[in-house]
Amino acid sequence: MDIDLVQNILYASVRNGTPLLLVALGEMVCEKSGVLNLGQEGMMLIGAVIGFMVAVSTGSLGLGILAAICAGALSAALFGFLTLTLLTNQVATGLALTIFGTGLSAFMGTGYIGKTLVGLQPVNIPYLMDIPVIGKAVFAQDLLVYLSVVIFLLIIWLFSRSRYGLVIRAVGENPEAAHAVGLPVLKTRYLAVLFGGGMAGLAGAYLSIAYTPLWSEGMTSGKGWIALALVVFASWKAERIILGAYLFGFASILHLIMQGSGYDLSPNILSMLPYVATIAVLIIMSRKQTMTRWLAPKSLGESYRPQS
Amino acid sequence: MLRLEARRHDSTLMALVSPLIATALTLVAGSILFSLLGHSPGRALYTFFIAPLSDLYGWTELGVKVAPLMLCAAGLNMCYQAKVWNIGAEGQLVIGALAGGYVGLMFPDTQTHWMLVPVLGFGILGGMAWAGLAAWLKTRFNTNEILTTIMMNYIALYGLLYAVHGPLKDPNGYNFPESAQFSEFVTLPVLFPDYRINISILFGLFALAASWIVLNRTLPGFQMRVLGQDQSAAAFAGFNQNRIVWSVMLVSGGLAGLAGICEVAGSIGQLVPQISPGYGYTAIIVVFLGRMSPIGIFFASILLGITYLGGEMVQMNFNLPKSITGLFQGMLLFFLLASDILIHYRILPANRASRVHS
Repeated sequence: MDIDLVQNILYASVRNGTPLLLVALGEMVCEKSGVLNLGQEGMMLIGAVIGFMVAVSTGSLGLGILAAICAGALSAALFGFLTLTLLTNQVATGLALTIFGTGLSAFMGTGYIGKTLVGLQPVNIPYLMDIPVIGKAVFAQDLLVYLSVVIFLLIIWLFSRSRYGLVIRAVGENPEAAHAVGLPVLKTRYLAVLFGGGMAGLAGAYLSIAYTPLWSEGMTSGKGWIALALVVFASWKAERIILGAYLFGFASILHLIMQGSGYDLSPNILSMLPYVATIAVLIIMSRKQTMTRWLAPKSLGESYRPQS
Repeated sequence: MLRLEARRHDSTLMALVSPLIATALTLVAGSILFSLLGHSPGRALYTFFIAPLSDLYGWTELGVKVAPLMLCAAGLNMCYQAKVWNIGAEGQLVIGALAGGYVGLMFPDTQTHWMLVPVLGFGILGGMAWAGLAAWLKTRFNTNEILTTIMMNYIALYGLLYAVHGPLKDPNGYNFPESAQFSEFVTLPVLFPDYRINISILFGLFALAASWIVLNRTLPGFQMRVLGQDQSAAAFAGFNQNRIVWSVMLVSGGLAGLAGICEVAGSIGQLVPQISPGYGYTAIIVVFLGRMSPIGIFFASILLGITYLGGEMVQMNFNLPKSITGLFQGMLLFFLLASDILIHYRILPANRASRVHS
């Protein structure tokens, strides 16, 4: 394999892994606070369609991205209201959010199918991008890729160095105890859910504005679900999420590489790979069941009703 | 402000009323949506919910949509009774259509209607195999069935795409990604000449009735419900959990597979890239809206069947996208979940004292 090919594979893996990284980081924070939101796929689709619509009609990619974040957060607020205030079942409500988001995005985006947009352009960092092998993957990406890495670093800082990280973890581990020492359980959970929604919206916008600047129905193709598996795979650790996201990014572009190298395998068969890999990951994780249970936030998925 | 007060016992009345509240709220939200889009809400809702059923053709088309919903929902209900969260009806449906369709296409010269037996049989087996894989993953590795079944939905879809773009593509089909048409001998008999409704609706009704008997009158049905309500009680009673998981998955996979093969051997008539407008996912809403009871599921699948027809109607008459169907279905599920708090809680003004008796 020549160096150019390796360089391009690394570049494309990072690009492809970025939406996964964004959603998975958002969901990780949400789960750390004890809330399991299975609506990632739906929020991503809502973010993708709104981001694309706003970007096309205003001509501003920035506004599109901002609108996508708000739309994701808004749909997360709906999820939060149902699960946190009305105490509905988190699994069922998340599933409902995905079904709703799929329907809503398909409905809103109908008039935008086939429209095109000049997508987000890479920001090349001079000299550094010429570093062999990794230069292009690290220093010739678009702004959202850089932003995703910044958010990743912030989250590392949040959970290792800041008080807020401790609050989120306390609320997720034992909401009763957190409430008893005066921590705002509901407020923390609402904020974590909103953050997750904003990140999912951003990830959707990344797909429709940067990665393939267009809108098509169901264009997230299960990335929201894969991200959920990724969070478990990473045992709720951000540094493992980023690694896993880029690995999955690699798995998703494998069919392009194979075709490029002249292997005559159906693209449809190779497109199954990320999903098969996700199942494989779930099997591997099941071998460490006790460890997973030990690392998972203790109150994950349970409703909490303050005793006032 | 309002506050929630826990009821001492879940309200059975509210469990029955809440789907009606959810439907009413969906209608209200729907009229707001139609007004925002600049259409008279009354006329639009009439077109969506009533007009599709104004003639015999509409009712028979409703049967076409309702049959796969009933089949999938009857199976999913068994899973959900046992708290096995099978989200994979869509994939099981696709694999059923693929497996049965393959058998149908392999013997184009068999001139007997008995050919339908292996075709439907392999449809059922295909769905069972696909669900069985998820059951194996759950019982052997304890993987989360929500995630595995959803992943398998995507894999099944790509499998179908592979088949219609590759080995099963009609050689005389001008390179369209479609299989050859099934012969008349592997096409399901219609109930009335000139209408598309076929015997699959009878399969659906039969599956619902059978599931009622299994759940309410047999030991396995009792075991499913116990496992769903209290896992430790099921373990204490010595029920074989893995066997229950396997049974509900195989039954629901088989029914979804039957729904799939009935679609392609019925109203579609060949394998095409898209054989289901999300019946497998809609069936999840049907089960919840039908209160996980076969009788409720009967009515819920009619309501959700209408949303498919209504989407087509407003597309024709108001030039709105057909995908409004998905929006209505999503709203319905949201409103249902919200209304369901009335089962466990009563809503009181924040300043009023709690009632002592519930």
